[in-house]
Amino acid sequence: MVDGLIHILLMLAMPPLLFGVINRTKAAFAGRTGAPFLQPYYDLFRLLRKGSVFSHTTTWVFRAGPVVTLAATLTAALLIPLGNHLPPLSFNGDMILFVYLLALGRFFTTVAALDTGSSFEGMGAAREVTFSCLVEPVVFISLLVLSRLSGSLSLSTILTHSSTALWMTSGAALILLVAGLFVVLLAENCRIPFDDPNTHLELTMIHEVMVLDHSGPAFGMILYGASLKLFLLGAFFLHVTLPIRVSSSLLDWLVFVVSMLLLAVMIGVVESTMARFRLVRVPQMLLAACILSAFAMMLVLR
Amino acid sequence: MLLVALLAILPLAGAVAAWLVPSNHQRPLVLPVVALLHIGHVIAAIVFSPPPSPSEWIELDAIGKIFLLEMSLLFGACSVYAVSYLRYRSERDNRVLCVGMLVCLSAMTLASVAHHLGILWLAIETTTLTMAPLVYFNRNARSIEATWKYMMVCSVGIAMALLGLFFLAYSMLVAGIEPSLLLESLQGAAPKLPSAWLNAAFILLLIGYGAKMGLAPMHTWKPDAYGEAPGLVGAMLAGGLASCGLLGLIRVYQICMITGDVRVYRVILTGVGLFSIAVAAVFLLRQTDFKRMLAYSSVEHMGLFAVALGIGGPALRGVMLHLIGNGLAKGVLFLVAGNIHRAFGSKNREAARGALRRAPWSGALFLGGFLALTGSPPFLPFFSEYLVFSASFSLGWGRVGAMTALLLMVAFLGMALTILPVVFGEPPRDRQRTKYRDTLVLAGPPTFLLILVALLGIWLPPPLSRLIDEAARLAGGGM
Amino acid sequence: MTSLADQMLVVVLLINILVLGTHRTRVAIRAIAAQGIVLAALPLMTHQFQFHLLVMALFVLLAKGVCIPWLLLNALKKVEVNETLKPFLGYSGNILAGAVVTGLAFAVVSYLPLAPAHRGLLAVPAALATIMAGFIDLTSRRKAINQVIGYLMLENGIFIFGLLLTEAMPLMVEAGALLDLIAGIFVMVIIINQISREFSSIDTSRMTALREVE
Repeated sequence: MVDGLIHILLMLAMPPLLFGVINRTKAAFAGRTGAPFLQPYYDLFRLLRKGSVFSHTTTWVFRAGPVVTLAATLTAALLIPLGNHLPPLSFNGDMILFVYLLALGRFFTTVAALDTGSSFEGMGAAREVTFSCLVEPVVFISLLVLSRLSGSLSLSTILTHSSTALWMTSGAALILLVAGLFVVLLAENCRIPFDDPNTHLELTMIHEVMVLDHSGPAFGMILYGASLKLFLLGAFFLHVTLPIRVSSSLLDWLVFVVSMLLLAVMIGVVESTMARFRLVRVPQMLLAACILSAFAMMLVLR
Repeated sequence: MLLVALLAILPLAGAVAAWLVPSNHQRPLVLPVVALLHIGHVIAAIVFSPPPSPSEWIELDAIGKIFLLEMSLLFGACSVYAVSYLRYRSERDNRVLCVGMLVCLSAMTLASVAHHLGILWLAIETTTLTMAPLVYFNRNARSIEATWKYMMVCSVGIAMALLGLFFLAYSMLVAGIEPSLLLESLQGAAPKLPSAWLNAAFILLLIGYGAKMGLAPMHTWKPDAYGEAPGLVGAMLAGGLASCGLLGLIRVYQICMITGDVRVYRVILTGVGLFSIAVAAVFLLRQTDFKRMLAYSSVEHMGLFAVALGIGGPALRGVMLHLIGNGLAKGVLFLVAGNIHRAFGSKNREAARGALRRAPWSGALFLGGFLALTGSPPFLPFFSEYLVFSASFSLGWGRVGAMTALLLMVAFLGMALTILPVVFGEPPRDRQRTKYRDTLVLAGPPTFLLILVALLGIWLPPPLSRLIDEAARLAGGGM
Repeated sequence: MTSLADQMLVVVLLINILVLGTHRTRVAIRAIAAQGIVLAALPLMTHQFQFHLLVMALFVLLAKGVCIPWLLLNALKKVEVNETLKPFLGYSGNILAGAVVTGLAFAVVSYLPLAPAHRGLLAVPAALATIMAGFIDLTSRRKAINQVIGYLMLENGIFIFGLLLTEAMPLMVEAGALLDLIAGIFVMVIIINQISREFSSIDTSRMTALREVE
């Protein structure tokens, strides 16, 4: 019961902090002091206080987009175990629900973008959908590999199954999974080198271009949803990569929080050291990630 | 053992000496000196053959003796020729060429005495490397292209051969025998080896050593390299390196003939051989460049070797005879082709016509070499080819024999279409007469080789005949 | 220990894909150097410790990890090619082809009779996959220097297979093969320099002077 409360509390409160850490890391690399860690929270509150402007050409779909996306992501967050604890919601086969909830969120974001009738947003939507075609197989195949290794169909079991012992026996497949999932983590959350969340050139943007017309609380929801998604997929990634299991419950929560922050620092390092890929290179990288997870599958089935 | 090891060390010492000689003018003289010593040494080693010592890495057996003899004689002719040729090309630094040729001779010697397939592979790889700068001797865009193709195809081929060797050793591991690449232990284990690995190994080795020999479809580098390299390098490529590739294939053949799948290997070998001859015949028919023509003729003869190996039995005696005949006759043609090339400043049959008038000695030799190579009596290749055909009919490979004969006829026609105008044609009026004149040093070595091919055809000395019988028996899988 | 070797072989396979898909020659050279270093460590993982294995590992490290990459980087600096030449299959095509041959390698190996000690190990399929991936890189690239990298990859694959057979290959032959490899790369690098001087490019598809006349 306490664990469930902590789970909900963490998933609601922690995500924007990750953005703060990433930005602070990038600032440190660039030799700046950078915004305070809590800056994303201030931004969110500022946006929530503002009014909204809606274009006359848009319909209810445009307004529903951010809400549905955030709701879907929040539900997905209830399914994924954090640290070594069971999630509040867990049943057999929930891994498929998890993937489809994320897909539902993406669907509404793109539909809302198309609803504006703007050519730029349509372009962004097209890119987003194209790339997600390549990302989703990676997620699915990774889940299949993990479920094959653990013999279960429930997210809570397959994600907490990974351990140091498993790394010793089938580390080869896990290395591939880690590489594939890291690509997914970066690509899904629009990080460099796949997409630049801070770019101001519509022609090169993918995700940001879709939400150009949102303002005020709706845009706040989108930002918050994005950070939640990073939190979610980060937790997923950490389960496979760093299977540290501590027996004490409180200590385990602490380990989880620290490793999430470390992951944020790592993403910051990647963003500071790499340049953004040209758009034509993005599908190639995603294709490579697909192939990696397919290799992992092959190794496990062998 | 010591006697045999010295054979390979002698040219290496020569290479060091050639490297140290500072004068571009005197350096080529090292070549004939080393060559003469080497020939003498080889003959001594053949006559006083050291007693066979099983499970040694290096050992001179009958097959090795024949290859060694052929390569040493060919090198001797090339080295004498080289002295005069390099004097003519005195504007170029010849250090790399002299050292490369001597290291190549050392590697070829090592290949013919190696009984460890790993060492054999190493030696063949070394010959590939040492010849690359020699192909590029002319330093122009065409020769760089030829060198690149030669380097890539042969390197990849030889890598495939190494993989094949590993497969061979691995098949021993699967059969539960201590893996080894010694010829004797492989032959001992051959009947027990699993066929899946053995077949894969055979295919890879055929590709690898076949690329070196120039069997189709791995022959693509051959016309380019032979066409752009100087004549004496061409002679070394055709009579030395191709023979090394053949030697590698024969060593593998010695193992494969003791296994249960003999029929499969025979079919593959005859198939590849016939394909090579067919490809060569087609390209020979429309070839106007006589150096490239010689390259396709080499492809044709390598195909003939493969067919003969496939037929086996008495054809193996034909292989050994043809090795000598083909190698020496190729030497004649390449060296003379170099002369004619220089006499006319062109290697195209449109421009280089009427060699009999411009350079009578070389022209006559070109014709003689052509007749010898295509198997006209009384030259040696006539008897070796006859042996292959008669074996094909007596061993039930009649259709293969008939097709081979037909294709060889087409090839003869194709070569004649180029060689006859070059020898007998009317010299073109519009071309300036070059400074080239036949001299004893330039025309002597090919003459010597041609006489040798004719003499061996008329009278094979009994000891050599016995040696060839022994080599044929060994090649067929005898121990 | 075998699991550690398997994980290293997976890294080798990843490098194959990277080399196949990269459009920057410098990245490809660094990647192939990394592959060489991984290969140098492999014999120490798969076998009981022996002195001659250590010597061999050092040889490999020096040859494939240091010497050859240095030669190639030098050549790259000298020829100063800034042109990016798409491979014949395209970058995605290359990656896909690499994936297909890797799958093929695993499929083929499942039909081959392996020695009991090697069943379930990655060494044989990884060797075959690396050889085939190297062959694809070699044939699909237009730049001469990338073709050499493909050839190196092919050699690396053969080396992996050779690790199963250290008993059959004496140290002398092993070392000789490495020396020949270095000498071969050295010759190729010289030829590349000449090609770039002669053609002002190292695009091998431009070398078409030698062909059969119609």
